[in-house]
Amino acid sequence: MAHPVMKMVAQRVALGLLLLLAASVLIFVGTQILPGDVAQSILGQSATPETLANLRAELGLNEPALSRYFTWLGGILHGDLGTALSNGEPIGPALGKRLANTLFLAGAAAVIAVPLAVLLGLVSVRYRNRWPDKVISAVTLATISVPEFLLGYIVVFYLAVEWRLLPSLSTVYDGMALSERLYAVGLPVIVLVLAVLGHMMRMTRAAILNVMQSAYIETAELKGLRPFAIIAKHAFPNAIAPVVNVVMINLAYLVVGVVVVEVVFVYPGMGQYLVDHVAKRDVPVVQACGLVFAGVYIGLNLVADIVSILANPRLRHPK
Amino acid sequence: MPDPQHPLLDIRNLVIEATSYPPGEPPKTVTLVHGVSLTLEKGKVLGLIGESGAGKSTIGLSSMAYGRGGVRITGGEVILNGRDILKGGAAGLRALRGREVTYVAQSAAAAFNPAKPLMEQVIETTLSHGLMSRAEAEVRAVDLFRQLGLPNPETIGRRFPHQVSGGQLQRVMTAMALCPKPDLVIFDEPTTALDVTTQIDVLAAIKRAIHETGVAALYITHDLAVVAQVADDIMVLRHGRTVEYGSVQQVIEAPREAYTQALVSVRSIDHVEKPEAPPLLSIQNVTARYKGTNFDVLKNVSVDLPAGQTLAVVGESGSGKSTLARVITGLLPLGQGRISFDGRVLSPDLAGRAPEDLRQLQMIYQMADVAMNPRQTVGTIIGRPLEFYFGLRGEAKRQRVQELLDQIEMGAGFADRYPAELSGGQKQRVCIARALAAKPKLIICDEVTSALDPLVADGILKLLLDLQAREGVAYLFITHDLATVKAIADRIAVMFKGQVQRYGTKTDVLAPPYDEYTDLLLSSVPEMKLGWLEQVLAHRRMEGAGN
Repeated sequence: MAHPVMKMVAQRVALGLLLLLAASVLIFVGTQILPGDVAQSILGQSATPETLANLRAELGLNEPALSRYFTWLGGILHGDLGTALSNGEPIGPALGKRLANTLFLAGAAAVIAVPLAVLLGLVSVRYRNRWPDKVISAVTLATISVPEFLLGYIVVFYLAVEWRLLPSLSTVYDGMALSERLYAVGLPVIVLVLAVLGHMMRMTRAAILNVMQSAYIETAELKGLRPFAIIAKHAFPNAIAPVVNVVMINLAYLVVGVVVVEVVFVYPGMGQYLVDHVAKRDVPVVQACGLVFAGVYIGLNLVADIVSILANPRLRHPK
Repeated sequence: MPDPQHPLLDIRNLVIEATSYPPGEPPKTVTLVHGVSLTLEKGKVLGLIGESGAGKSTIGLSSMAYGRGGVRITGGEVILNGRDILKGGAAGLRALRGREVTYVAQSAAAAFNPAKPLMEQVIETTLSHGLMSRAEAEVRAVDLFRQLGLPNPETIGRRFPHQVSGGQLQRVMTAMALCPKPDLVIFDEPTTALDVTTQIDVLAAIKRAIHETGVAALYITHDLAVVAQVADDIMVLRHGRTVEYGSVQQVIEAPREAYTQALVSVRSIDHVEKPEAPPLLSIQNVTARYKGTNFDVLKNVSVDLPAGQTLAVVGESGSGKSTLARVITGLLPLGQGRISFDGRVLSPDLAGRAPEDLRQLQMIYQMADVAMNPRQTVGTIIGRPLEFYFGLRGEAKRQRVQELLDQIEMGAGFADRYPAELSGGQKQRVCIARALAAKPKLIICDEVTSALDPLVADGILKLLLDLQAREGVAYLFITHDLATVKAIADRIAVMFKGQVQRYGTKTDVLAPPYDEYTDLLLSSVPEMKLGWLEQVLAHRRMEGAGN
């Protein structure tokens, strides 16, 4: 018999795929079926009836909606995201490059932010209600409260203009060495870390404080263990599930919500790509971006679910 | 090095205070322990006994210089191995805790970290204090597991806390306490949360382990009969003061103080069973299972309860006794069989029952404090069924609440109080009044005295018997405590694994010849007699050899 955890994980994965399918329907309905003519909105008010009719035919808008949806979905399942209207090129390669850039930026931010947030959370619990806790709380609260573009301009002013430590524009190109690339994204990474640190730190702190009320923490104290060992070895393993959930939501935000930061640092990521094509009314690109974002969100939350399941000893080691 | 001239532990004039911070009020400081002194020699066992709030756990933990919550040691000395541990500072305490003094908690299930395997936790202090290598510590732990009679001693350490039973976990915790070869172990109610038939084995294992390792122990419990089996000396505590302190023989057999005498002779209720009568509640061949399972929790249960009498349903955890209550109230629809009440057949599920059925069948729970809305006053809580069933309002309702408060021997002033302002016994009385307010014919009492101290529990039982005599209400009394059963039952049903093992009038059920399970159950109840544990174990060994 398969391990019950395998069954639960399989269920989650199946549910995730179903959710993704539902998201694809929503995206399609939102861009193509809602009142208003796609061709009209692409061409604007000044379009002549002939050009409208041509575009409709080109887009296949005269077909029934259901068959258009399945054509679109079928293409995606074969790896074909369609063709951009603005330049007539296939969306896949362009979007792939942008996604890689965004994932690189988000990954660099996550590698710093997640361990730092957990560590600050542990330190906060160790010195709870004393000055280190208060300082950490105040600073992280301040950084999530300041709008990102302002944070961006502040770091540009000091780190790029005043002290000339990092470049103010995050220019990246093909064939760049990893070190150069990291140097280029230095400033946006700092801004993103500051933007997501607070949530994760506070959740870590709250989850561990909750566990600190347990009888087994008293056992650990009566064993004469050091306070930090108690928090890290006895409390944290039991606080993983809630922490992972918040971490994943913040990672999703790093991928999906970084438009402003990308604009500030002129970084060629998904956010800019999406905004550009919304402005150009390039519906196929918007659809593709929507689907990728939905996939990232659902995927990361799926990972959070699975980690939570695996972190539960009762599920991992059944009776 | 310990000084042979000094006792191992010498507590002098210990004063312990606690500060609480009630919302919206200035902080309150109360004194929990008022100048208690005790000494403990190497290898001896001192029993600390008393009711809840007596300060016994607080004193026990003070020998590790530990205070729960806002509890602080504010006066006196705690001298362990010749030095005052209160002056050792945080580093000194860490060196002492888990090394010289270790602790066994009441609920091992809560005291083990659920995320770590047992072995890692058992040998943790032995490693962190640098006493042995990991391999040596593991060998010692396995030896201790064997000594404590745990099954599969070589492999049980790889299991997680949720994978072993409560009785086994309590033994693993004892092994964890003994692993670093401490001088002193604090046992804080180590068998209280266990079933009576499990308690006797754990008690015997602990006693043997204490004897074989020569460790000294403070044994904290509220059960004098239990402490009589393991202690050399006994200290009786009340409200943070010493009532009586002497050898176990003197305290059990010739108690000097009136309070100790009351503890020794508790369960003084003499209840004469009532004659046979036609049943008010008749349960016939009832079988039940929980949704989504394929296992019958109740198997073919048949019992009767005459009007105005008490049926005690006795059994250990998992025997199905609380499930029976759920089936009678309709919370869990029965699978097969039927329940008749007052001459009519009850609908199996709650939705199908008439309001009159609901009114005549009330329930009282074990945990009085979670059975009441903490934001309602006592008057509102008791007044609710009056409104709901009888439509009483205003002055009529207030008067009836007053009558009910009088019946449970609480004054008018209580109507405006909140549950948090009441003691455990008072809370349970309010729950009784709420049940009575509906003028029921039957009250199901689910372990209503289990969370209470013996003397308080006695008061509740007396009240219940009084009310039965006056109001003619019948009780279905669910309990695991045989002493309670003897005190109040007219009829007894002994349940085991979902079946009624033995059923009849009290006299019949409690008289030999017994079936095997009832015999085990009855003989496992600790008696207030020195040497009882050895007698029972010797008797069982002989019977085992005879088979």
